[in-house]
Amino acid sequence: MNFFRYLSSRWDDLLELGLAHVGITVLAVLIATVLGVGLGMLVYRNPRARQFVIGTTSVFLTIPSLALFGLFISWMGVGTTPVVVALVMYSLLPIVANTIVGLRQVDPAIVESAQGMGLTRVQRLWRIELPLAWPVVLTGMRVATLITLGIAAIGAYISGPGLGNEIFAGLSRISSPNALNQVLGGTLGVVVLAILFDMFYVLLKRLTTSRGIR
Amino acid sequence: MTDTPPIKIRLDKLVKRFPGQARPAVEELSLEIPEGEILILVGPSGCGKTTTMKMINRLIEPTSGRILLDDEDVTHGDPDKLRRRIGYVIQQIGLFPHQTIAQNIATVPGLLGWSKERIAARVDELIGLVGMDPADYRDRYPKQLSGGQRQRIGVARAMSADPDVMLMDEPFGAIDPITRDRLQNEFLRLQAEIKKTIVFVTHDIDEAIKMGDRIAILREGSQIAQFDTPERILVNPADEFVSDFIGRGASLKRLSLSRVRDIEPSTWPTVTVGDDPAVARRTLEETDRGSLLVLDEHGAPRSWVTAEHLQRSSGIDGGLPVATVGSAATLSDTLNEMLTARYSTAVVVDDTGRYTGVVDIDTINEAIRGMRSAERERQRSSLAKGAAT
Repeated sequence: MNFFRYLSSRWDDLLELGLAHVGITVLAVLIATVLGVGLGMLVYRNPRARQFVIGTTSVFLTIPSLALFGLFISWMGVGTTPVVVALVMYSLLPIVANTIVGLRQVDPAIVESAQGMGLTRVQRLWRIELPLAWPVVLTGMRVATLITLGIAAIGAYISGPGLGNEIFAGLSRISSPNALNQVLGGTLGVVVLAILFDMFYVLLKRLTTSRGIR
Repeated sequence: MTDTPPIKIRLDKLVKRFPGQARPAVEELSLEIPEGEILILVGPSGCGKTTTMKMINRLIEPTSGRILLDDEDVTHGDPDKLRRRIGYVIQQIGLFPHQTIAQNIATVPGLLGWSKERIAARVDELIGLVGMDPADYRDRYPKQLSGGQRQRIGVARAMSADPDVMLMDEPFGAIDPITRDRLQNEFLRLQAEIKKTIVFVTHDIDEAIKMGDRIAILREGSQIAQFDTPERILVNPADEFVSDFIGRGASLKRLSLSRVRDIEPSTWPTVTVGDDPAVARRTLEETDRGSLLVLDEHGAPRSWVTAEHLQRSSGIDGGLPVATVGSAATLSDTLNEMLTARYSTAVVVDDTGRYTGVVDIDTINEAIRGMRSAERERQRSSLAKGAAT
């Protein structure tokens, strides 16, 4: 069976797996964004705390994903939950790091004038600093999304959802006629998703960044 | 002094000690700032002037001492609430780049919970007040403005909730000299209307003399070397530190304190366009001046003519260009006009451009001498009063 015949016969399944892949990626990146931006806001002014958070999240990113999934089986079993937890861990570094960089590059004079006008610490952060850091934070989210898309495929190893299932299905019966098509189909699916997400982030950046800092 | 207005801000033995520094940045500073005046804190860099100013809105918390605003102790209590009562302008301006001009100006009124309509009206009023067109500028972003326009919006934003007190930290420091001069003049004109109590920090003594109603010259540790009006500091520096700081040319600086309308201009023989050259020649012969001032039919100065011009066929239509000044011009500007003009006498004109008199080097010299003797007289009488009591 050639690849295009395979695609047309398996189209429905691939679409469903692709949507599940998108779902788990979006969920993981959203959780990582809430955690990462929050952590970043907490530590960006304190050099030690900053080092600690960046160091820790860097270590997360260096753990081989297959090993991490394996470790999680004994603790959380298999399925969506351990996969999401792992994906959040991998997404944290780019988001935390970019939040810190973005907040630190806000012109101190702007923050001082905000303080001099009587904005409270919280108001300064939400109204001034975070909106100014936002384009950089968004770039971190984009990198996190790309990392997550790739690693989520491996989550199928512990019965996570997504295109990884098609890839692992092919790999498990590599000599059968459709095996290569399945691996290729799953992989290309991830690539297509990556391109679509990239386009989405370009749009999101345009929509959520003030014209004054574009 | 009898004309001192009530005290708006009182600094009472303020001390600021930064950790790890041997000497305090501010050592027991006490200062009374009169209402409705511009007080300048001026001194060499590192003297603690900015630290002193930032303690007033408590961006820097004093180590000890008290700050009284309207006789109310504001040293403790919520600093954010205090800051909303005090306008704040810094050299870098610090407009919020992601917000429009209108949003920037609306910041403090928004915090104070004004209604939308009231805020919108105030925003337009303020943009107009600093000499810009609200319809054109309110929806622009800071990056779409020139440096001078940003500075104006910075001032407008500081005045948004109509605070009695404004703190300005080298507000015109980062602007090119020509624009700076214009903004300073505009601000003085504005201040004449709004009469805020302003604490203004600068390291530039010329700016201090130009802008200040009163000047506090500070030395290291924010110690007051002299606290007085610009005139008296120039005429009578308290010690060597002050005279060094004022630098050379104190007399020249004083010229920027007096205006043409404060002195008596001299008169000059004039002729009007269309007069017979023979009449002009006779007029010139009868005067001890070396030239005549030619006026046009409306009485506006046109040119200088000398005997040489009158002998030529062009008659009184030729001549040298005239440098004119208004009655509000400072003597320093007038002197400048005179030095750059071909004929070193400046012609004073009224609002409609009509000739009212002339100012030459002698007139200015006379004015300086007058200022000096008036000051000596004042000192003598205060000495006499001191001896009598």
